[in-house]
Amino acid sequence: MNTKKKEILHVEGLSISFRQYTHGWQQRTITPIKALNINVRAGEVHAVIGASGSGKSLLAHAILGILPANSQCNGYIFYKGQLLTEQRKETLRGRKIAFVPQSVNYLDPLMKVGRQISLGLNGNKKLQANKLLKAYGLTKIDGQKYPYELSGGMLRRVLFATSVREGIELIIADEPTPGIHQEALQAVLKELRLLADNGAAVMMITHDIKSALTIGDRVTVMREGTAIETSSVSAFSGEGNKLQHPYTKMLWLSIPENQFINCQEDQPWL
Amino acid sequence: MNKIHFMFCKLCRGITLLLGLSILTFTLMYNSPIDPITAYIGGDVSITLEQREALYEQWGLNQPPHVQYLHWLENIVQGDMGYSKIHRKPVSAIIGERFMASILLMGPAWVLSGCIGFFLGTLAAVKQGGWVDKMITWFAYLQASVPTFWLGLMLLIVFSVWLRWLPIGISVPIGVAAEEVTMADRLYHLILPLATLSIIGIANTTMHTREKMQEVLSSEYVLFAKTRGESTWQIVKNHGLRNSLLPVITLQFAYFGELFGGSVLAEQVFSYPGLGSTLTEAGLKSDMPLLMGIVLISAVFVFSGNMFGDIINILVNPRLQEE
Amino acid sequence: MFNNHRKKLVFNIIGTALILGTLIVLGIFLSDESLISSFANKNLTPSWQHPFGTDWMGRDMLVRTIKGLRISLSVGFIGAFLGAGLATILGIIAGIGSNKVDEFIVWLVDLFMGLPHLIFIILISFMVGGGVKGVVLGVGLTHWPILTRLVRNEVRNIRHSEYIAISRNLGKSNFFIVRKHLLPHLLPQIIVGFLLLFPHAIIHEAAITFLGFGLSVQTPSIGLILSEAVKYISIGKWWLAVFPGLLLVIVIKSFDDIGEECRILANPFSANE
Repeated sequence: MNTKKKEILHVEGLSISFRQYTHGWQQRTITPIKALNINVRAGEVHAVIGASGSGKSLLAHAILGILPANSQCNGYIFYKGQLLTEQRKETLRGRKIAFVPQSVNYLDPLMKVGRQISLGLNGNKKLQANKLLKAYGLTKIDGQKYPYELSGGMLRRVLFATSVREGIELIIADEPTPGIHQEALQAVLKELRLLADNGAAVMMITHDIKSALTIGDRVTVMREGTAIETSSVSAFSGEGNKLQHPYTKMLWLSIPENQFINCQEDQPWL
Repeated sequence: MNKIHFMFCKLCRGITLLLGLSILTFTLMYNSPIDPITAYIGGDVSITLEQREALYEQWGLNQPPHVQYLHWLENIVQGDMGYSKIHRKPVSAIIGERFMASILLMGPAWVLSGCIGFFLGTLAAVKQGGWVDKMITWFAYLQASVPTFWLGLMLLIVFSVWLRWLPIGISVPIGVAAEEVTMADRLYHLILPLATLSIIGIANTTMHTREKMQEVLSSEYVLFAKTRGESTWQIVKNHGLRNSLLPVITLQFAYFGELFGGSVLAEQVFSYPGLGSTLTEAGLKSDMPLLMGIVLISAVFVFSGNMFGDIINILVNPRLQEE
Repeated sequence: MFNNHRKKLVFNIIGTALILGTLIVLGIFLSDESLISSFANKNLTPSWQHPFGTDWMGRDMLVRTIKGLRISLSVGFIGAFLGAGLATILGIIAGIGSNKVDEFIVWLVDLFMGLPHLIFIILISFMVGGGVKGVVLGVGLTHWPILTRLVRNEVRNIRHSEYIAISRNLGKSNFFIVRKHLLPHLLPQIIVGFLLLFPHAIIHEAAITFLGFGLSVQTPSIGLILSEAVKYISIGKWWLAVFPGLLLVIVIKSFDDIGEECRILANPFSANE
């Protein structure tokens, strides 16, 4: 029994700012993420929860090295103990770090799904692609279709198949759950849990607290660009007294199954 | 089945446009201050009043305009485009002769400018913001500011007058009998006008490709491709080309018509006997039937260019196929 | 990365405008002295005294070119203005009119785009007997379609927005709505369209005159200067064609640059780069 799981991803003091034009040629800088600390261990599902606009997706993009050009990044990100430079990000992504994006717009509309899965694979691409299709419950025929020909649930599975391959150590799932029916939702959650159980580190970014608590091991709550609390899932029980931050407690109590309280919240960037 | 329906509608619309154009052209012709008879006779004042009136009747010029139009249209459809006064031949014959020369000029120019433009536009988009992009963009804007004929003149000055590498113009060597003109001769005389037309066309394609490719490269699926570890070259090959090729080709087909306009200037500078210079000559010497004939041909060019573009779009775009 | 791109654009615009302004003013105020034929000076190659050389009548080419530029610019301006004006009117009508009116105007746009620009201008110029009238009409009538499409699309987009509906409900006439709501919204795009149209118009004027359809010898625009220069190329008098054309290209490119930069600034998407 391995109680001390190995830390795969370690984020320290991360802050991301953007430059924008306001009136005329005046510029202003907005900083959606300030001093963010978070870490993800192998074999765990670490959920990152927060309201829309709290900067969760930006965290994912920063780790993957796909922030837009007018952004500036400060702080440190470590992968398996070593500093994650931009260059290292380029070598690791797709091979050791996988990204499962939000929407199906992330698929090339003019390419057959099967081919998209096989891009970037080594060796016998077609064989491996078919294997991946099968692993996610899709057939070879599905692989011959274009994205617009598949249903929402199938497309979500395709998104998994295109990025989660053999050898992946860290999986970042950005809002994997919105807009799909229960069955597909459960399948996605099951998949993420399975991946973690097989040794990968899974970071699940979501605003769906319930789903997060279903499969998560630890939860980090983000608010106004910073992590206000990291607790284990077991703290989310009862009246939420084991939770440290009042905001987290409020979040826990506000879900329909609990007291369904209305919380007054203002998001500075919206 | 929807595909065919779509095509049919487009075709019908195209025909209404062509008809409309013919009416417009005819109206302009009818209302012009140039008297066709006077234009036809030229400076020959020995013609009597009776002869004039006879000509009037023979040409049907004393009939109301819509009758004249229908008569004209009927002839056109049958292939009779009238008689050219300066060449003393049927207009259709002249067009037939010069058509090939024009195609030899416009065809390769279209292909060349398309290929080179696509390559440069893609390069600029991939290296967006860098000095390669800035240089390519600057050159493209420069090309768009250069009048076609001036570029032709510059090439003429440099290559024909100074360096004496290439001939001054026309399409065949002077003094050589028609049968003895070789393909090489033809090509030799084609180089400068072709270069002129191609260079002008490159700017157009480059900027369009660059815009489309930029759009593709900033799309979400390209972002995703990056996170999957695809290199820049792989992204361009796998996603960039496919997603940008179609709009670019459509635009290139639409460019067909403008190419015709450019050839008018290029042919003039190099005295190249294609349809373009024939049009200019017809206009300057008030040869109305010939002018009309070539104008209509150019309209057909534009029309077919757009039509081809639409057809290709329908055939290739899988989403449109399903709708 | 953090330098102010927008500032640069605005400075570019001002700088270019100043240069152009200088040229135009020179064109108006330069004396005609240097244009008196002086056969002693004919056919001189470029030198310090005559930076652009002299022509076969001894006239200084630099002065001729600047004056010719003014003519080309004026003609181009009027033509572009005509085109932009037509486009605004027709675009608005198409945008707020009934579906039938809109369809007709769209059809008309496609009709006028059915001929290559140059050929259409040649036709129009030919029909009205050439001269300035021909060129201006030709340029105006060939360039309204594209801008019209733009205006029409814009109007269609905002036509169903709330503030227009409110205005309507308050009983305001169409004319009022056009003037108060539509025009201010459209104005930046129309101006940008005009700025980009202008260089085109100049090029077409030069082309038409070069071919022989446009202005006559009394109004020596750049196109005319160039068409006269062709005769002298083969005997080596290259400066007659190179310099006037070069200046034309520079002027056209400057206008184009201003237009493009204005377009980038006016477009909210690209304005944040």
